[in-house]
Amino acid sequence: MNIKDIMQTMDYGPAPEATTDVVGWLEARGRAFGHFINGSFTGADATEIAVENPANGETLARIPAAGEAEVNAAVAAAAKAFPAWSKLSGFERSRYLYAIARQLHKRERFFAVLESLDNGKAIRESRTADIPLVIRHFYHHAGWAAVAETEFTDREAVGVCGQVIPWNFPLLMLAWKIAPALAAGNTVVLKPADLTPLTAIAFAELLVEIGLPKGVVNIVHGGAKTGALIVRHPDIAKIAFTGSTAVGREIRRATAGSGKKLSLELGGKSPFVICADADLDAAVEGVVDGVWFNQGEVCCAGSRLLVQEGIAERFLEKLRARMNHLRVGDPLDKTTDMGAIVSAGQKARIEALLQGADAEGYRLEQATCSLPERGHFIAPGFFADADPAATVSQVEIFGPIAVTTTFRTIDEAVELANNTAYGLSASIWSENINAATELAARVKAGVVWINATNMFDANAPFGGMKESGYGREGAREGMAGYLKRKGGKAEKPYKPVAVDFTASTATEGSSDALVDRTMKNYVGGKQARPDGGASYVVRAPKGSVLGLAPLSSRKDVRDAVEAALKAKAWAANAHGRAQVVYFIAENISVRADELAAQIRAMTGVSKEQAEGEVRQTIERCFYYAGLADKDDGAVHATKPRHLTLSLKEPLGVVGVLAPDEAPLLGLMSLVLPLIATGNRVVAVPSGAHALIAQPLFQVFDTSDLPGGVVNLITGERDVLAITLAEHDAVDGIWYHGGKEGAARVEALSAGNLKQVWTNGGRALDWSDDAVGRGRDWMERATQIKTIWVPYGA
Amino acid sequence: MSESHERNPGTALERGWFEDVQVNRSAAERRAASLTSARTVKKAHQAAWLLRAIQCIDLTTLAGDDTPGRVRRLCNKARQPVRQDILDALGVGDIGLKTGAVCVYPTMVPHAVKALEGSGIPVASVATGFPAGLTPLAQRLAEIRYAVEEGAAEIDIVITREHALLGNWQALYDEIRAMREACGEAHMKAILATGELGTLTNVYRASMVAMQAGSDFIKTSTGKEPENATLPVSLVMLRSLRDYRDLTGHKVGFKPAGGLKTAKDAMNWLALMKEELGGPWMEADLFRLGASSMLADIERQLEHHVTGRYASAAHHALS
Repeated sequence: MNIKDIMQTMDYGPAPEATTDVVGWLEARGRAFGHFINGSFTGADATEIAVENPANGETLARIPAAGEAEVNAAVAAAAKAFPAWSKLSGFERSRYLYAIARQLHKRERFFAVLESLDNGKAIRESRTADIPLVIRHFYHHAGWAAVAETEFTDREAVGVCGQVIPWNFPLLMLAWKIAPALAAGNTVVLKPADLTPLTAIAFAELLVEIGLPKGVVNIVHGGAKTGALIVRHPDIAKIAFTGSTAVGREIRRATAGSGKKLSLELGGKSPFVICADADLDAAVEGVVDGVWFNQGEVCCAGSRLLVQEGIAERFLEKLRARMNHLRVGDPLDKTTDMGAIVSAGQKARIEALLQGADAEGYRLEQATCSLPERGHFIAPGFFADADPAATVSQVEIFGPIAVTTTFRTIDEAVELANNTAYGLSASIWSENINAATELAARVKAGVVWINATNMFDANAPFGGMKESGYGREGAREGMAGYLKRKGGKAEKPYKPVAVDFTASTATEGSSDALVDRTMKNYVGGKQARPDGGASYVVRAPKGSVLGLAPLSSRKDVRDAVEAALKAKAWAANAHGRAQVVYFIAENISVRADELAAQIRAMTGVSKEQAEGEVRQTIERCFYYAGLADKDDGAVHATKPRHLTLSLKEPLGVVGVLAPDEAPLLGLMSLVLPLIATGNRVVAVPSGAHALIAQPLFQVFDTSDLPGGVVNLITGERDVLAITLAEHDAVDGIWYHGGKEGAARVEALSAGNLKQVWTNGGRALDWSDDAVGRGRDWMERATQIKTIWVPYGA
Repeated sequence: MSESHERNPGTALERGWFEDVQVNRSAAERRAASLTSARTVKKAHQAAWLLRAIQCIDLTTLAGDDTPGRVRRLCNKARQPVRQDILDALGVGDIGLKTGAVCVYPTMVPHAVKALEGSGIPVASVATGFPAGLTPLAQRLAEIRYAVEEGAAEIDIVITREHALLGNWQALYDEIRAMREACGEAHMKAILATGELGTLTNVYRASMVAMQAGSDFIKTSTGKEPENATLPVSLVMLRSLRDYRDLTGHKVGFKPAGGLKTAKDAMNWLALMKEELGGPWMEADLFRLGASSMLADIERQLEHHVTGRYASAAHHALS
């Protein structure tokens, strides 16, 4: 085209990014790559996976798939490297991370081009989003390495971390995994997605160049089978996974009972709420950055547009106009907005969902742009009117397609926003600070962007709630996921006290007091007879009958959970919670003699010990009452003119299975941090010592504790634990009991990915403050909500 | 101005079109930033875009020491903005390349008109007590009439910032209406002096009032405010302009001015026009670049395109 003609059309014309360096790099290695194990590359001679350029279907390179031998070798190398690496000074580790950041910085363009070739994402995005964030992540964590010793004084490295990452942000996810792991002193076995392994390989070469000690980072290739080998490997102490919720569930089951630390960053169907008073043009750009960013292959994509009804039409008009300005095509062209879908398989999956929506009667609008003939491309689009009932409104599309529905009021927006199993992120658009913050507070999501979307920073915690997973990446919160409490005394295996849970006969166990006193359950602030009415006999250690306790069933769990769900308001007021917990202490103090006597009778401990347990329970009340309004969030230093807040929110409804040791202190040590942080609890006291519940009802009743905040149901721990673990409206479980029971709870929690914390089959010394209480208990009881508020008048 | 569209007649003051609008500054800044990283033009396309930018330049001198000779030199540059050998090499030697207009103070209008005779290049005059706009309204209107009588085809008026800052939209509307009337057949560009309006929300509202009052163009700055034309401000004005078009069907032009110095600036603003409004707003009847030194940089870029060598300013005629 000559210049005169171009002056007529005023088109952009081609602006290709040079690929010479990257192609040269691929060629120099014969386009065949191996694993990176113990500092060397192996297995390039046995490649079985072709790595495709999704923009044209050509094979870029071939990689092997790691089997048991390779995974074992990688884990062994990491285990061998761990002692020396974890003992290095913070400064020494920091130097390595800093060197990684520097080298990446120097090769920014190379990595960006390689990423776009391999993944299909637009070069503009890999250049301005992915790679800069990768670099920032390593710089940030070079900092953490240097200060971790003094910032986390009671913590130490976990060990070998197994990390499995997805294909949508290959190098960025690698950075999110490797940087904190190394900073904290761990060693790593990482598996990139088999669709997009190339930047990880180039990264491994960079590690060789900077002289990272052998075995500190190992990278193995392969698909799901390789991933499963890592997940199940007995010598791995922590699994960090980013990927689909379905695989997350499998990992939860596979790691149950293994004692592995686990963090899961899973799928989403995130709400994108546009209020009538929003800057509509800004919100339109938000959709571009939210659901059309990275071809919509973003776990936190704001793919559910909730638009206030009065402005919906105008908003969608603007959105249509904007959509038709998007440029879809060659990812390596600098003016491309949207590149290729990662694979034919992913494209087919998206298209199947779109066809399904068509069959359900929902109409898709797509951009009128032309698409390249080769490669896996899908035009950006949206459903202008997709009800929540539509399949596409419920499942994650993981493609450049949004669904839209309208709302009338803020309340309704909250209801719709939370009407999903996921809870990864939310984007809120309103120029009214009251409406925006109200929405941010009430939406259940790990990350909330106000008048923005898809903002990330190494110093902003990222991660999900609900079935979007748990654990955070980035910032202090992310570092904590790669550290554990320094080992204190070796804990003994948990020894359950044998209990006969046979339903009692009519006369057995009745009290010889003047008035018969049969204990009931405590549900919703009221005493409730168990469903079916059965009780079992609670005996003293020597066998004498002490009384009857309800033999609860799954229906009692159900009722208790319902009561707990209703007590939502408990989360609102930290000062109020502190006052109630103090009041509980006061009333335990009033009933100290009765409680001590009960403990003695049930456990046979000395008077002194029993009184000590009551006293320590009171102390623990004071401790958590004191912390209730202090274990708060943080303001993170991220970008200029952005308030980045991390708030601690309660998990919600948490099931507690209390241990047999220390019937009062054990139970309350679990309940107190949970309620102090705003959770509602369904607790099962020790079956052997269930009668401790009875005086507690009265303590709670007289302490202004709202009904439903603490529910006590007695019965067989491992029976009730199953119902609690399977209950999809329960958000967390703290289990203290046998090893098998703990493992079972972990496995069953996969259903809704509730957060589980168990004793791992070990007995705790509840009287030891270093073990039985702490700030980390508050951490376990809460989840982080990161709220981004960019500002500027 | 040879326009392909009907001149904006304006509307009554429609407060409902702007009073509820809120502009989010950080979002506008993000969009402006991502746009410049997302769009680029290379090689022949770049040359074509630069030539188009020249066609949209209001070649400007607004200095206290302007003289007839200085103005004449500027006008001759407007007639021949790029060396002919370069134009020939680019294959556009025959398109009669010239700038969009020449922009001067009112007393310089007769000199410019004379110098541009037969060129088809319109003379634009600032007026209304430029740059502060705080002389009495009667004088400001008289100044417009003077410039028009002297032959200015375009009048760049400045708004009373006070009205925008205090939300006196009726007063602002009435004043601009009166100015439009004083302009008669001459096209009116309303300078909002966005650097003094405080918020982007005010920029949007003032833009809308200016269009409702019948402006043919809305323009960012006088070049004398602390903050000149910026991409976020321009973005907001373009959005108002788009909304106005959607509401009335009338096309209004846009002129960023002040601080535009480089060829890269020209490309950024053209890309902004293309993305936010599309092709028609990349032509001189709906888009002007108010600039004095930008042309020199564009010339050097064009020469580089032709020769492959970096160019010297000394090889290009001064404006």
